[in-house]
Amino acid sequence: MTALLEVEHVYRRFPMGGILARDFTDAVVDAQFTLEKERPEIFTIIGESGSGKTTLARMILGLDVPTSGQIRYLGRPVPTSMWGRARHDFMARVQPVFQNPFEAFNPLKRVDRYLESTATAFRAPRSRAEIDRAMDEALVKVGLTLAEVKGRYPHELSGGQLQRCAIARALVCDPEVLIADEPVSMVDASLRMAIVNLLKSLRDDFGVHVIYITHDLATAYYISDRIIIMQKGRVVEMGPARLVLENPQHPYARLLKASVLSTENAGHGDLAPATDLIAASDEMLAKAVHSHMVEQPDGRFVRSNP
Amino acid sequence: MFSVFRDLLRYNVEFLIGVVLVGFITIFACLSFFAPMEPAMVYVVPPDQPPSWQFWFGTNSRGQDMFWQLTDAFWNSLTFGLTVAVISRIISIVIGMMAGYLGGIFDRVFMFFADIFVAIPIFPILILFYFVLRSDLNSFNLALVMACFGWPYDARLIRTVALGLRHREFTRQAVFAGMSPVKIMFEEHLPYVMPIIFSTAMANMIWSIGLEVTLAVLGFTNITIPTVGTTLFWANNHSALIVGIWWWILIPVVLLVMMFIGLFLLAVSMNEYIDPRSRLRRMGA
Amino acid sequence: MADILTVQGLKAYYLMNYYGISREVRAVDDITMTVKHNEIYGIAGESSSGKTSFIKVLAAAIRPPLEVVAGSAVYDFGGQQVDPTTASPDVLKQIRWKHLSYIMQGSMSVLNPVRRIEKSFVDFAMEPLGLSGKAFWNRVRDHLAHLKLSPNVLRAYPHELSGGMRQRVTIGLATVCHPEFIIADEPTTALDVVVQKDVLALLRNIQQEIKSSVVFVTHDMAVHANIADRVGIIYAGRLVEEARTRDLFMSPRHPYTGHLVASLPRIGDTRQRPALEGRPPNLAEPPPGCRFHPRCPLAIDRCRSEVPPLVTVAEEHRAACWRSDEVRPVLDADLPRNRAEVS
Repeated sequence: MTALLEVEHVYRRFPMGGILARDFTDAVVDAQFTLEKERPEIFTIIGESGSGKTTLARMILGLDVPTSGQIRYLGRPVPTSMWGRARHDFMARVQPVFQNPFEAFNPLKRVDRYLESTATAFRAPRSRAEIDRAMDEALVKVGLTLAEVKGRYPHELSGGQLQRCAIARALVCDPEVLIADEPVSMVDASLRMAIVNLLKSLRDDFGVHVIYITHDLATAYYISDRIIIMQKGRVVEMGPARLVLENPQHPYARLLKASVLSTENAGHGDLAPATDLIAASDEMLAKAVHSHMVEQPDGRFVRSNP
Repeated sequence: MFSVFRDLLRYNVEFLIGVVLVGFITIFACLSFFAPMEPAMVYVVPPDQPPSWQFWFGTNSRGQDMFWQLTDAFWNSLTFGLTVAVISRIISIVIGMMAGYLGGIFDRVFMFFADIFVAIPIFPILILFYFVLRSDLNSFNLALVMACFGWPYDARLIRTVALGLRHREFTRQAVFAGMSPVKIMFEEHLPYVMPIIFSTAMANMIWSIGLEVTLAVLGFTNITIPTVGTTLFWANNHSALIVGIWWWILIPVVLLVMMFIGLFLLAVSMNEYIDPRSRLRRMGA
Repeated sequence: MADILTVQGLKAYYLMNYYGISREVRAVDDITMTVKHNEIYGIAGESSSGKTSFIKVLAAAIRPPLEVVAGSAVYDFGGQQVDPTTASPDVLKQIRWKHLSYIMQGSMSVLNPVRRIEKSFVDFAMEPLGLSGKAFWNRVRDHLAHLKLSPNVLRAYPHELSGGMRQRVTIGLATVCHPEFIIADEPTTALDVVVQKDVLALLRNIQQEIKSSVVFVTHDMAVHANIADRVGIIYAGRLVEEARTRDLFMSPRHPYTGHLVASLPRIGDTRQRPALEGRPPNLAEPPPGCRFHPRCPLAIDRCRSEVPPLVTVAEEHRAACWRSDEVRPVLDADLPRNRAEVS
């Protein structure tokens, strides 16, 4: 097994207030996981707002620098400079998909412009036909064709189509890892499952590793292989997705699951808050400074206090 | 391009008025090429004649036909204003967009210089240039100097817009699509900056022509070059209002006001047209 | 029981004219529905389905280019009939907050960021309540205590409160005058799951206490399942189905609803979820006939030419589909097993 992406003891700390203020906020505390090259998977990072999941994603993409710890891609540190060959090569292998499909493309420019640019920049095409073929191949993977997209402006496409174009854009350069930050939270319900199913097919049919960042436990359960659950920068539980989500052990993970609105009993909603879980997870958080991850017999890791 | 012009003319009254006013002044200025005499020459017609069929705008105390003299003055002032606007726009776009998009050290260095240029008082500097260059101070040199002072505020404005655009998702999309910073700045972001450029170009022309008039009236420019400013300088020099030669002052001022209003209306209406939001609405978004 | 809101054949279009390109966007196209006293009526629909425009009409926030071209929406506030599409500004001012209030998505739009919360209460609630001084503040404090909010929030600025707390304050503000009708537009969309549940519970409790009617708009079907008494589904400017929440989820009679319900993933259920192909129609040039037909698995020729009317298909259950009898509760359908199991 070769390690594709290694996240090793990564911390990210932001100063609060002005330059002279000494307060800090820890956005990411001791994140650690590894993706294996030979085993494409959907690796999901679950967290609420302020959990540090987006900061972690930005660091993996090289858009932010860890305060300590290291993120390595194929054994080499992720290049963070805007310029240079190393950065260019890294971008050809690791590509992002962003949250808001309506913001993903410049509304004044045609959508295919971005696909074309990706093909030209990362695939060293020799002819116009080669560019078109690369674009069409990527679009077919997401269930579109070049003919449908060519010459279209973003407002002429639906949210679902735009998000698929954004994914196709990332796929043009045949990346090994796709980092999708809340890719469906702004997509309409009727189009959402198309995107989620698409991520699944990328893993199964094209062997792409997907890092799926979300706050939605239900879709995470539906497509993930492994998940980590983050609370205020700390990973509180990590392991096989189905195992963790069917029977979470950390109080915060249990609280998240208990807060998912169920549709089974539609019309007779039970909205009573899980007061005991809120108290338990707050208590764990208060003592989290000295906590550490403990491996369980079933293969998951749970944060526990000494 | 033609359809844009047609749409604007048909649906935008401001644009129509602007086109009429600016068009009138431009044609007027272009007539200078057909002038029957050198506009700078003096005592070629009887002095101090009021407007008449023979001398439409009258003649001044220096024996110049005001009509032909003003065509040349407006030609020079208009090209002067345009030169300042174009040069300072180029500086402010390049600096503003680089400071905003690239950020970091670029931002700090460029904005440091912008602040210095804002802080330096321009008027004494221009007078200094006048004393140093004297007869070498032609319109183009003066325009260059003024352009060097005309960019900092607008560069800051453009930087603010670029800063906002830098954090938009589509910019990150462009980065990961392998577009170079130059391409992102000038292809992705420029359309959003264009409205600012248009409206500030207008303000900049008013500023530079106004400053040229001020300098000229005080005698701190090359007064042998006919401009709106030097026309007023000579009028003042000959105490035109006191001796009752009102047309020497009134006509250039009225034409100048017409030009400013026309430019203003053009800038406003084109601004609305090229504004990205309005553009998107026309595209049907 | 009498209805508090009766909407009859309401059509509201965006009429736009830019440089000679005029467009007519039929955002609300012939909606007829009623809201009863003391119920939460959920409205579901995707972005640009017209649900926001519909709410704008109900909230009397009709501004150009949005125009009501036909129909009416009439509130019945204890005998006083008010139609927001025609009422004068004076009448609207008099009913606002006292009879009709709002809870919006971004609480910042109601709470002034540079004024303390108490000032917002003074601005909005003092006049409609007709109280002043001590009596007013006692009423406000009592109300906040009901919502389990500390009176200290009154002294705070909006930015000092968390998102959930702000939304709770907004609910407090919207309900302090005990209005008969509350319009809630995506009030929990921006909140985290834990807080969302809490805010929903709060809204449900206060609604039951003061016996208001609520129109609750959200695209999230799971929220509707837990808070609404009845749900109406809007697709492309039309109401396509309306039923009691349980009936809607258990036996949808419009294919679009069927899809919405079926596509909700659930923890513990690994079956493959279907995806709906195609895209929502452009409201400037909607397809003829049933607007859902280009994406509908059941579409027949009739759907392409004739608009299906919204007809009663069961008790308190209306649907606009020519083949509503054949719509299956897709949840129980035999969907293929999910291919990827955990290794």
